[in-house]
Amino acid sequence: MAEKSGADILVETLLDLGVDTVFGYPGGAVLPIYDALYEHPKIKHILVRHEQAATHAAEGYARSTGKPGVVLVTSGPGATNAVTGITDALMDSIPMVVITGQVATNLIGTDAFQEADTIGITRHCTKHNYLVKKPSDLAHVVQEAFHIATQGRPGPVVIDIPKNVQVAAAEFSRHATNSNYRYQPQTEGDFKAINSAVEMIMNAKAPVLYTGGGIINSGPKASETLRELAALLGCPVTSTLMGLGAFPASSDKWLGMLGMHGTFEANMAMNKADLVVCLGARFDDRITGRIDAFSPNSKKIHVDIDRSSINKTIRVDLPVVGDVGRVMEQMLALLKGRRYATPDHEEWWARIKGWRATNCLDYPENKQEIMPQEAIRKLWEATHQREPIITTEVGQHQMWAAQHFDFENPNKWLTSGGLGTMGYGLPAAIGAQLGNPDALVIDIAGEASIQMNIQELGTATQYRLPVKIFILNNEYMGMVRQWQELTYESRYSNSYSDSLPDFVKLAESYDWTGIRIEDPADLEAGIKKMLETDGPVMVDCRVAKLANCFPMIPSGAAHTEMLLSPEDVKGTMDDQAKALV
Amino acid sequence: MHIHEEAVERHVLAVLVDNEAGILARIAGMFTSRGYNIESLTVADISEDHAISRITIATNGPPHVIEQIISQLDRLVPVHSVRDLTESGPHVQRELALVKVAGKGDNRIEAMRLADAYRARIVDASTESFIFEITGAPEKIETFVALMREVGLVEVGRTGVVAVGRGPNAS
Repeated sequence: MAEKSGADILVETLLDLGVDTVFGYPGGAVLPIYDALYEHPKIKHILVRHEQAATHAAEGYARSTGKPGVVLVTSGPGATNAVTGITDALMDSIPMVVITGQVATNLIGTDAFQEADTIGITRHCTKHNYLVKKPSDLAHVVQEAFHIATQGRPGPVVIDIPKNVQVAAAEFSRHATNSNYRYQPQTEGDFKAINSAVEMIMNAKAPVLYTGGGIINSGPKASETLRELAALLGCPVTSTLMGLGAFPASSDKWLGMLGMHGTFEANMAMNKADLVVCLGARFDDRITGRIDAFSPNSKKIHVDIDRSSINKTIRVDLPVVGDVGRVMEQMLALLKGRRYATPDHEEWWARIKGWRATNCLDYPENKQEIMPQEAIRKLWEATHQREPIITTEVGQHQMWAAQHFDFENPNKWLTSGGLGTMGYGLPAAIGAQLGNPDALVIDIAGEASIQMNIQELGTATQYRLPVKIFILNNEYMGMVRQWQELTYESRYSNSYSDSLPDFVKLAESYDWTGIRIEDPADLEAGIKKMLETDGPVMVDCRVAKLANCFPMIPSGAAHTEMLLSPEDVKGTMDDQAKALV
Repeated sequence: MHIHEEAVERHVLAVLVDNEAGILARIAGMFTSRGYNIESLTVADISEDHAISRITIATNGPPHVIEQIISQLDRLVPVHSVRDLTESGPHVQRELALVKVAGKGDNRIEAMRLADAYRARIVDASTESFIFEITGAPEKIETFVALMREVGLVEVGRTGVVAVGRGPNAS
């Protein structure tokens, strides 16, 4: 066997694993790896402008393609800058492998230049992490890292490689892959549990399918199985923020998103259901509202590949550990085997019709200012036939996009759900565009969030990526301001976006096209111009400054206590509610 | 506003893990980062090829937290198995302590008498001190140390609990 340097072993193993794109930023402790990349043009290295953006771009790439995202950063600040994106990937179950440089093994622990305890820092924001001390360990570690990142509940894995390990040589033969990994998550659901689930489904009078990001992570086939299951059960479907697109919004079974900014009908259906089938979701606090009032009269089935998600916040009657796509197939097979006839659930649908009649997503008409909801709606109308990939930042614009942009298919909606990371959308759009060169990719942004990774305009320019940014500019950190209005008697402490840049000029300085839309009458033309312009475009869409995102379940409230419009707002909350995020 | 606290119960967990660098930090850190309690934690390599370590953790929390602790431990990649000994039936728990007592006259005699009653062994002695070695369930050691406080306790070192399920099968 030939001897190769650690850096070569790493790069060749990445090639064997089918890696074609790496998002990264060079630095002292990864120079040997960058030198090896120089020899391997098959791996496309995307030079970002900040390591946090490398991680979000890898997330965008992963979530839109289903393949793991790969990141390469240097030691010390390179690694610490990546921590936010790593945590984001952990919270949203995104498969990602992050390779960090480290100071040489003999310098570890000496406070060497650009040394950080990367393993210590990332231990609890990764699914697993490694410090590789010998080049001979590298190939196996890298292979196992990809296995762990992609199997079971996906997540980020960090591989910390000291510089001398990159330089030192070890024996290496390609294709010597080892599939005998210690990590073997359960994918098949327990037959007895599936059987009980089917019994519960057959006895239900008012069932609802509560779906989540797990269905997207399971792969496109799981979304198809979900459609089949919903059709057979004849029951309504709602989804978390992360699960949007798994079920088509055009379906008459679709209730819209549930939770804090979910629809009235989705939350009421959850509250009044007699059976909740949770498929690849995790009863997050944004979903449940007040725990003791959450879906009080239902039996609950929870299908999750991660056992620790079960009974974490909500006690369920029947846990099923397994891959949600596979478990749904098992359920379908059993239901069909029993010649299950689709019930009409007439009474249940009549109640849902009543809740739908509130038209909870309606917003006040405004001739003077652009309503942000209207802007999203018009954007959807102008683009939905092209099945765009939508990324978002975090805040009001994100919730409006989730409410008003309808998705028909999975892997088209990329947003930071669990961690709620402002600055996610632009780098995620870059990653998504690289993974889907022919797709229309739009980052729906807010003027505050977009500034958190604004430097990535340069990355898109460098790689000629025609991403579009659509900023709903209300000159406020809108969600913060909304909470201050609801909870702190409109004392707007530090939520005004002062000293904003001229976004059009900013775009132009990066060789982007900048467009400003100010008048409701110009909205459609502005969107059209954005779509017709080749290359990257940034739209500064000035919207009504004080619009709020409704419906809303205030923190600490039950699903039945939704605020549907500004008239419901009291402006104060008790300490119990204030203590909740 | 007041912060609500729930009633807790004590559980002893046996965790088999890969014997690799950082494993203890991974386990202990999981407890701190998720706000779980560790009463005691012992770890030693137990397999012939030194590949596997057994960690015994005494912890406490409300039942739903104990369930989460087990699930959270179980999903760590280097963890092979997690067994809740408290839940899975009768088991033997033992802890060892070294207890140093200093004193003269009646206190010294009383310390020796108590040590005898508790089957503690003298492992070091001087004219004005003893070191006792005592093994037993944690409660027994607790009581012994409390008694020694009254007759001149100087210091105490405890190993933390190790535990094994009763009967012929591996716990």
